[in-house]
Amino acid sequence: MSIPFTTQIIYLLASILLLVAFAMLSQRRILSLINLFAWQGLVLSVSTFVVAYSTAQHHLYYSAVLTLLLKVLVLPWLLHRLIRKLNVKWDVETLINIPTTMLVGIALVIFAFNLAAPISQLSESITRGLIGIALASVLLSLLMMITRRKAVPQVVGFLAMENGLFFAATSATHGMPLVVELGIALDVLVGTFIFGIFFFQLRETFDSLDITHMEKLKDDNS
Amino acid sequence: MENTNLTLGILLQLCQLLLVVLMAPLLMGWVNQCRAWLQNRSGPGLLQPYCTLRKLFHKDAVLAHDASPLFRMTPYIVFGCMWLAAAIIPIIAVDLPFSPAADVIALVGIFALARVFIALAAMDIGTAFGTLGARREMLVSFLAEPALLMVFFTSSLISHSTQLPHIVETFAHHEFVLYPSLAFASVAFVMILLAENARIPVDNPSTHLELTMIHEAMILEYSARHLALVEWASSLKLLAYISIGIALFLPQGIAGVGNWNALPLAVAALLLKLVAAGAGLALLEALIAKMRIFRVPEFLGTAFLLAVLGLLIHFLLGA
Repeated sequence: MSIPFTTQIIYLLASILLLVAFAMLSQRRILSLINLFAWQGLVLSVSTFVVAYSTAQHHLYYSAVLTLLLKVLVLPWLLHRLIRKLNVKWDVETLINIPTTMLVGIALVIFAFNLAAPISQLSESITRGLIGIALASVLLSLLMMITRRKAVPQVVGFLAMENGLFFAATSATHGMPLVVELGIALDVLVGTFIFGIFFFQLRETFDSLDITHMEKLKDDNS
Repeated sequence: MENTNLTLGILLQLCQLLLVVLMAPLLMGWVNQCRAWLQNRSGPGLLQPYCTLRKLFHKDAVLAHDASPLFRMTPYIVFGCMWLAAAIIPIIAVDLPFSPAADVIALVGIFALARVFIALAAMDIGTAFGTLGARREMLVSFLAEPALLMVFFTSSLISHSTQLPHIVETFAHHEFVLYPSLAFASVAFVMILLAENARIPVDNPSTHLELTMIHEAMILEYSARHLALVEWASSLKLLAYISIGIALFLPQGIAGVGNWNALPLAVAALLLKLVAAGAGLALLEALIAKMRIFRVPEFLGTAFLLAVLGLLIHFLLGA
């Protein structure tokens, strides 16, 4: 085999990323969902670190550390605090038919792999096969946002989608400029704060975090 | 030279045949012993399954009035199937003369044959429990079988062969490569192993609680030597599954083609792996709670999903 060992590790991490995306899709408990999100961040951070090591790009070390701080420590901590304050820590969401969702997920993965195949041909780097996996995890997070009704899992899905995009950036193009990465990191952080405020407003208005209530908000007079 | 190699091969094959059939109850005893230790009990000892078999063989068989010849034949068929399966899996050396007899797909077929017969026998008497057990067994196995095939296909795609010796040869004696697809397949395989061998999250082997049992419900009508053979066959099945797992995912240390000098080391490695696998199985069973029967399709669906993901990742990454 001519594949270098670091690439093998990146492949393995990419597969774990996809696996975590599926685990999040099937997870019923909000608390476990946030823990899974933290794990995904950790995998992402390690894979960025390995890419940095194998391509000797120093700015990727910074983004690996940034990912570790933000997505493994700060964001999960914020979300944990949020669900504790909202008192939804042990909430169990009744999902509709997990096996069906999983099958849709597999179809999405096949779709993403096929979609990414021609794009991968354009790339010169050795890790080009990973674009498909990154795209698949983005689509899976999107599917998670669609299938969930409660607000917190939707936000976790949104953040997981950002993880997938970040993975695509590091694996396919060896990272964006640091300024862009810092900007996105700040955006995600601010976004989580805003979502937190949104949660409290939601609960104050409807006494629940179920966003189907928001359908009642339409203006009936017009 | 050619001739001596063949004789040695056949000799070795006979050795493996004897070894698996004698070792299977020991493995069962080891798993039970580990479980007992994990539950803070002293445990019945490693040799308990042999004592049980001996006791059962000395008893007189009791048959129901309505039992057809199928009911009496089934223990022998099931035992034969499991023995054959355990014999063709390369666990000591790669090129045993029996091994080319069946590839992985045929191996799945052998397991299916045994399953069909034991389910028919369970329904043969016409008791409620037998029928219930047979139906549940079929529910579990029709979901587990495609997942098992997917696991086999993943490793077959990597090694470009469905012959087990060839697969093992590819993984054991080439440069070490990390295969993400195999990592997925191995997790799926462990889940299938638990389901197919009536282990804890799907079925509890140590209970006779009528509402939860699957395997025990099917063999409720058997007694004496028939029961002994069925029990022996299920321990052989466990050994066969663990051997498949070792062959597919951890074949390092197996003796290569014609390399008879490596045999003692291979046997030692095999024993070590079996001990570790038995302890791991017991630990897994201690950690997981038994799930409701209606959650089993979800569990096996996840196994199938993991196996398919492994296959897809192999296609995408080529690894």
